[in-house]
Amino acid sequence: MVVFDDVSFGYGEQPVLRDLSLRIDRGQVVAIMGGSGSGKTTLLKLIGGQLRARTGRVLVDGDDVGTMNETTLYGMRRKLGMLFQFGALFTDLSVYDNVAFPLRERGKLPESVVRDLVLMKLHAVGLRGAAQLMPAELSGGMARRVALARAIALDPAIMLYDEPFTGLDPISLGVTGQLIRELNDALGGASIVVTHDVAESLAIVDYVYFLADGAVVAQGTPDEVRASTHPFVKQFINAEPDGPVPFHRDAEPYATALNLERP
Amino acid sequence: MTNPLSRALQSLGAPVTNALIKLGFACRFLVSVLKVSPFALCRFSLTMREIWFAGVLSVLIIVVSGLFVGMVLALQGYETLVRFGASSSLGVLVALSLVRELGPVIGALLFASRAGSAITAEIGLMKATEQLSAMEMMAVNPVARVVAPKFWGGVISMPLLAALFSAMGIFGGYLVGVQLLGLDAGSFWSQMQSAVDFRLDVVNGVIKSVCFGFAVSLIAVFEGYDAPPTAEGVSGATTRTVVTSALVILGLDVLLTAFMFRGI
Amino acid sequence: MKRTMIDFWVGLFIALGIVALLFLALKVSSQSSLPASSTYTVTANFENIGGLKVRAPVKSAGVVVGRVAAITLDPQRYVASVTMKLDDRYHFSRDTSAEILTAGLLGEQYVGLEPGADEKMLMNGDRITITSSAIVLEQLISRFLFSKADEGGNAHTEK
Repeated sequence: MVVFDDVSFGYGEQPVLRDLSLRIDRGQVVAIMGGSGSGKTTLLKLIGGQLRARTGRVLVDGDDVGTMNETTLYGMRRKLGMLFQFGALFTDLSVYDNVAFPLRERGKLPESVVRDLVLMKLHAVGLRGAAQLMPAELSGGMARRVALARAIALDPAIMLYDEPFTGLDPISLGVTGQLIRELNDALGGASIVVTHDVAESLAIVDYVYFLADGAVVAQGTPDEVRASTHPFVKQFINAEPDGPVPFHRDAEPYATALNLERP
Repeated sequence: MTNPLSRALQSLGAPVTNALIKLGFACRFLVSVLKVSPFALCRFSLTMREIWFAGVLSVLIIVVSGLFVGMVLALQGYETLVRFGASSSLGVLVALSLVRELGPVIGALLFASRAGSAITAEIGLMKATEQLSAMEMMAVNPVARVVAPKFWGGVISMPLLAALFSAMGIFGGYLVGVQLLGLDAGSFWSQMQSAVDFRLDVVNGVIKSVCFGFAVSLIAVFEGYDAPPTAEGVSGATTRTVVTSALVILGLDVLLTAFMFRGI
Repeated sequence: MKRTMIDFWVGLFIALGIVALLFLALKVSSQSSLPASSTYTVTANFENIGGLKVRAPVKSAGVVVGRVAAITLDPQRYVASVTMKLDDRYHFSRDTSAEILTAGLLGEQYVGLEPGADEKMLMNGDRITITSSAIVLEQLISRFLFSKADEGGNAHTEK
């Protein structure tokens, strides 16, 4: 349902994605993994049409996002649901109104239908009891779940998750992972999970892409990934500090920086 | 960048070119706000909420400041006028200075610091916490849903606030002039009424306040929308709103006054 | 904040603002420029208008009956041509005289109309022929001083 075809992108002079190609099919939950700054969030913004590819095409449900005008772009976004890293709840609206927001903006649904739908979605994430709270009164994990309920309010065909696991306690982590899987199976669409949480995502996804420096360096099903001997994948899964991904950013030699070298 | 014009502009340095780029972006932004305004004004409850924030919550500071400014004007004016035996013109002095100048200008300055900064901070924080992005991804245009109602809320509130300021100021002048200094109430009001012209003074004052409301609201929503999505970014944008608004209000005031009262 | 509360306060705010505007319109100011539809225009030439300004009042028996609309210099005869818009409700005979007067010693200057006895009335575009110019205070004072000086000089020579 989502296809990247030789996509390149950059902010100013800095290239972020280089000739990236990948595809996500209906029914799949796909994880995009990579270190910080490897272009994962950029990839989601390209799908949502908030950014446009420099070269290559991004296809969503068969339509090229790059050639859309504003109207068709907004039409395409109705098929998308996105969970932001920190939830991005509207702080001036209650939990109930947050989840009702896309329903009310979308169409002319009667308020009784909106109410039923909101309670259903809140029930799905287990927060029906928090309906009247304000976002400021929620913990980070609860806010994320409310944001998830809001993202699925319109039953989108394609769900995008931006770092859904960061900053969650182990219990919320497992619950969120299960929710992502169940929602995808229930909606019958496709889900893209951008994450660097290896253990949790391998448990729920169908396919994994590893991103480094804006290109796919490795891919495979969770079982293939676990068995992989690819140095990058091994480093990532075993959380080793040394490997193809350097822990240190390029800098002058440590000794020089600390003035330890003798003249 | 090979053509002579862009080279000439570049030689002016980064501050100038950045300011020009920002001005151009502000114009483009104004057009996009105006384009979605019919939608925003159709859903008037959104604008109502912004009138509440920008207008209703500014009433107290406007009313109190207006009263004080009017009282001070009356006290100071009386000192001067009484030397020429013209203390009965005190009402004229207070009313003309308030209706023509102080009402619109001080009203707009207070509005910029009370409501304009709040508008900038709110939009800036919504951007920093990805709320605007989230709206976009939900196929809701944030300019139509968030920015345009705030803009029109400000534009509608400003002339009403300026009128309240002037009215309270004149009332303050009446309190000091008539109640405290013992001028005759009848001559206070009648001199004022015969000297203040409805079209020339009151309507021009209202036109001024509409222009200021337009300018301050645009600056406030633009700075919020343009703010870097960080804590310093938002606080810097809030400061810029107040400073830029003050400069634009005073500059516009010179232009409008020259245009309205020249040669008469 | 409930929506009905917002509606209430916003409604109150707008009502207050409109009350303030009405106060400024009705109590503080007056509609001095008469509506264009209900006026007629007459002109008058003066040798000297002193400090008369556009929009100065035109009064008859102390009642404001119109406004000065324009002041120009007649380039042939070097006299000031004053155009006045008068209220339609008031009509004046054709031999009305106009003079430029001063309110108080130092007050604003205005045009005073003194009706005559002619049967015919002034019509739109007519000219008032009998006029007397503004009294210019400086001229008055200098004339007075010169006459005093003359007197003093005469007295001196007599000695």
